[in-house]
Amino acid sequence: MDNQTIYALSTVFGKSGVAVIRISGKEALKSVSCMTNIDISSLKSRYAYFTKLYHIQSKDLLDKCLLLYFKSPNSFTGEDIVEIHTHGSRAVVAAVMDSLSQIKGFRLAEAGEFSKRAFYNNKMDLTEAEGLADLIDAETIEQQKYAIRQMDGKLKGLYDGWREQLLKILSHLEAYIDFPEEDIPENIIYEKQNTVFKLCEDITEHLQSDSIGERLREGFRVAIIGAPNAGKSSLLNQIARREAVIVSDIAGTTRDSIDIYIDLGGYPVVFTDTAGLRETTEEIEQKGIKIAYDKAKQADLVIFLFDASIDSVQCIEKYKKEFENKVFVVANKQDKLNPSQIVELQKSGCFVVSAKQNIGTDILLNAIKEHISNRFTSNSGLLISRRRYREALYNTLEYLKSFDFNKEIELTTEDIRLAAREIGKITGRIEIDEVLDKIFGSFCIGK
Amino acid sequence: MNNQNYDVIVVGGGHAGCEACSASARIGAKTALITHKISTIGEMSCNPAIGGLGKGHLVREIDALDGLMGRVIDKAGIQFRMLNASKGPAVRGPRAQADRELYKKYMLQYLREQTNLDLIEASVEGFVFDNNKICGIKLSDETIIKAKSVVLTSGTFLNGVMFIGHETSIGGRVNDVTCEGITPYLKSCGLKIGRLKTGTPARLDGKTINWNILSEQEGDAKPQPFSYLTKEITNPQIKCYITHTNEHTHQIIRNNFSKCALFSGLITGIGPRYCPSIEDKLVKFADRTSHQIFLEPEGLNCDVVYPNGISTSLPADVQEQFVHTMEGLENVRILRPAYAIEYDYVDPQELNNKLECKKVSGLFLAGQINGTTGYEEAAAQGLLAGVNAAHKALDDGKEFLVDRSEGYIGVMIDDLITKGVDEPYRMFTSRSEYRLFLRSDNADMRLTEKGWQTGCVGEYRYSVFKAKKEALEKYRSLCDELYTTPRELEAAGVNIKIDGTKRTVFNAMSYIDVSRETVNQIWPQLSSMPEDIFEQIEIEARYSGYIKRQLADIEVFKKDENLRLRDDVDYSQIGGLSREMVAKLSKVKPSTIGEASRIPGVTPAAITAILGYVKK
Repeated sequence: MDNQTIYALSTVFGKSGVAVIRISGKEALKSVSCMTNIDISSLKSRYAYFTKLYHIQSKDLLDKCLLLYFKSPNSFTGEDIVEIHTHGSRAVVAAVMDSLSQIKGFRLAEAGEFSKRAFYNNKMDLTEAEGLADLIDAETIEQQKYAIRQMDGKLKGLYDGWREQLLKILSHLEAYIDFPEEDIPENIIYEKQNTVFKLCEDITEHLQSDSIGERLREGFRVAIIGAPNAGKSSLLNQIARREAVIVSDIAGTTRDSIDIYIDLGGYPVVFTDTAGLRETTEEIEQKGIKIAYDKAKQADLVIFLFDASIDSVQCIEKYKKEFENKVFVVANKQDKLNPSQIVELQKSGCFVVSAKQNIGTDILLNAIKEHISNRFTSNSGLLISRRRYREALYNTLEYLKSFDFNKEIELTTEDIRLAAREIGKITGRIEIDEVLDKIFGSFCIGK
Repeated sequence: MNNQNYDVIVVGGGHAGCEACSASARIGAKTALITHKISTIGEMSCNPAIGGLGKGHLVREIDALDGLMGRVIDKAGIQFRMLNASKGPAVRGPRAQADRELYKKYMLQYLREQTNLDLIEASVEGFVFDNNKICGIKLSDETIIKAKSVVLTSGTFLNGVMFIGHETSIGGRVNDVTCEGITPYLKSCGLKIGRLKTGTPARLDGKTINWNILSEQEGDAKPQPFSYLTKEITNPQIKCYITHTNEHTHQIIRNNFSKCALFSGLITGIGPRYCPSIEDKLVKFADRTSHQIFLEPEGLNCDVVYPNGISTSLPADVQEQFVHTMEGLENVRILRPAYAIEYDYVDPQELNNKLECKKVSGLFLAGQINGTTGYEEAAAQGLLAGVNAAHKALDDGKEFLVDRSEGYIGVMIDDLITKGVDEPYRMFTSRSEYRLFLRSDNADMRLTEKGWQTGCVGEYRYSVFKAKKEALEKYRSLCDELYTTPRELEAAGVNIKIDGTKRTVFNAMSYIDVSRETVNQIWPQLSSMPEDIFEQIEIEARYSGYIKRQLADIEVFKKDENLRLRDDVDYSQIGGLSREMVAKLSKVKPSTIGEASRIPGVTPAAITAILGYVKK
């Protein structure tokens, strides 16, 4: 157990009325000074404050919330505690957690850690402690389950690969330090600089691309594409009318297309209406089509809409490949089709709707909701463990960045040791025996 | 034998035994060292050298606790080298080659001068118990000598079997007997016993080596002593030489693989990977066409040469063949062939952090019997076991523990007792998570005060230490008070940003290009600062950010280390512990929560459950 300030969502993750985020530790009050306008010198223990909550970096207004402060030792953990009660939107919670993670000295709580701290500070008796052990066991098992589920082959391969690289770098450096009388080639050691640079790049890129957290903050993107007059705008209007439109103040979004923000089952979703796709020689229109195409590529889900009264489902074949697993084919203008045509289209995997008449849009929206929730894997544990990974990867990166052969070798090695310790939080600790195994496997040590 | 009763009996006169009996006697316990041959006290059975990376750190720690090894090697050393001198201070390791005879001579001299200590020549063949408590030893002639504590440092002598090719002979060392009587006693106490293997290369006749064609390896121009008390190395310094194996050598060895004890399955014990035999190297690194061999003279007035790098379990005739293929060794005479040796060791998970058997009160084990290798590892354990054996015998309510944040001694003991061993354990600096803090320059600052408190550090050593500490504190605060401007530093030739921020001496010393001269030039009042003090403050300055983090880590570590667990804890009675956890914990019987958490496989949940129990 370290002395860092910890935070976690104390309520169930998902769309709910209220979400409670709990912060415990010596520096808990930093959350108040960094994210609200409350003057902490006047903050009273055990009083509820109604306040605006801002993101520490972007300064965006996140929510209006209720804030409570429990001064040590009169709190659940015995430490200073701040509780933030926000609206229960996933987007808000994700944004608040993201902001907290960026406060220096703060980190996400481990399984059962609030209770553990309470226990250390004599806030719990023995029977409670035994229960706690079970709880931690259970949570750990759950977490592992989540972690495994989340770690699909690709991600697992990626993280394992990084661990292996770090282990190799570490073992070479340690061999160089611990066996000065063996002829370990210096170039092997200095080559490590490149490996570390490359590793930094890879991790940075991964952190930027793997952005479920950002999706939760900024919205899940759904692009609607299709030929002109396929009914895209009508569909969008229908969706906007049916669901609560979020008023967005996100600046700088390019408005070559129309975006609407809605809250779909607790997930923020951005629907984008694009220019109509068609073969054309007209220059400006070509540009518009290119933009639409790019939008679709960046989107998390593409809705390909076609006018079923004119076009057949085959017309989208060439796009389908492009968007692989993230395309819903929607046949519009159901009202102009006969029943056998409808059945035929449904058989081929299309959603059949009438945007104008508001037929079938419910089914479509539900399918979208499900698709999104699958992407988030709908489980709080996943999000938490994913955030934990990101935290560990950020720290790994931090240590790797300070790696530099201009420093003494034992200090550069210390950077790698610390980086390995961080990545070990995701993939399993790197033990000294593993390092030694690598040393003896790669170098002929022993006079 | 003038008296048949002792507080502490130390069995074995090797490196562990010497430190154990000396430490016990220093504490004030009436101590006897029993060895089968007084003439082999302090024998260097293998490589005639002390120190190295991690190992040199251990010697400094032994010295900081007023042990003998550092002082003896300073008197017996004939080539001193600071390993990693070009790397940073935390990973520098002093190493010295010894004149084997001088080493034994000075070790014996120190032991003879030690009050409270008798040296007895006899063979120990058993123990005397009273229930689960040891109360003496039994000699081969059935004589019983009583003692309140016994430190067993049997090295490779328990059921030692030597191998030269397929030829085997019984013995703990060449020309020495084995000891068969003790193992059954250990087994009867329920201790888990295993077999390990090690080896030593052939010895060569220096008169028959063609030195002129070999490349030389010199020692440091200014030898640095091991001991904080040694002012100067006075022995003449010698050179070592380097030769290489070649394709021809390798061919001969490969042709005879079937004759070697290791590959034919004759040896079952596991050998150390960092000290592989030449045949091991050929198998594992088949693509290498040559290996370096260091030729190290064993003494100033002695022609025996130790060929470092060709230990082997091949038969003597094959050794004859391949040795002659190497440059300079064409006509060499082999004085004694290489051999491998297999011996009994006790699973160190049987021990607590005082190196006392958990199943036998008063029986302490130190050295190779605990699965380690190396003189330094043995000596360090001997010292700690000796001190604790004395405290136990004197019943003075004291105990002497070193944890992972205090010294390599602590790292080693913790590794041994929590993880056990699966090959002979050797110290490396990479074993310590606090390497930047556990340095060979500050072993005295880390341990001497602690040793003084427990009673193993004598007055002279303590006064030297106190003087150094005072000087260190005085200059440390001066280095924090005195300051200068970037301009002045720049004028002194330092590459520095002119940002108008004043720099203290300490800040300035963190720059690589601020030398002793620079400091003296800017702050003439510091020119009186002793060299060792300057060095230490300089290291602290260079490492400052990193050391701060390690100290924070240490603080967290200490929290768990301070939560002691009694050794009579019944883990099956603790709610919330799985059967697997109960088994692991009952086997190791950790002394602290920290130790418990380092047992492989013990989960955080289990630790929480134990915590609950402790808090009760």
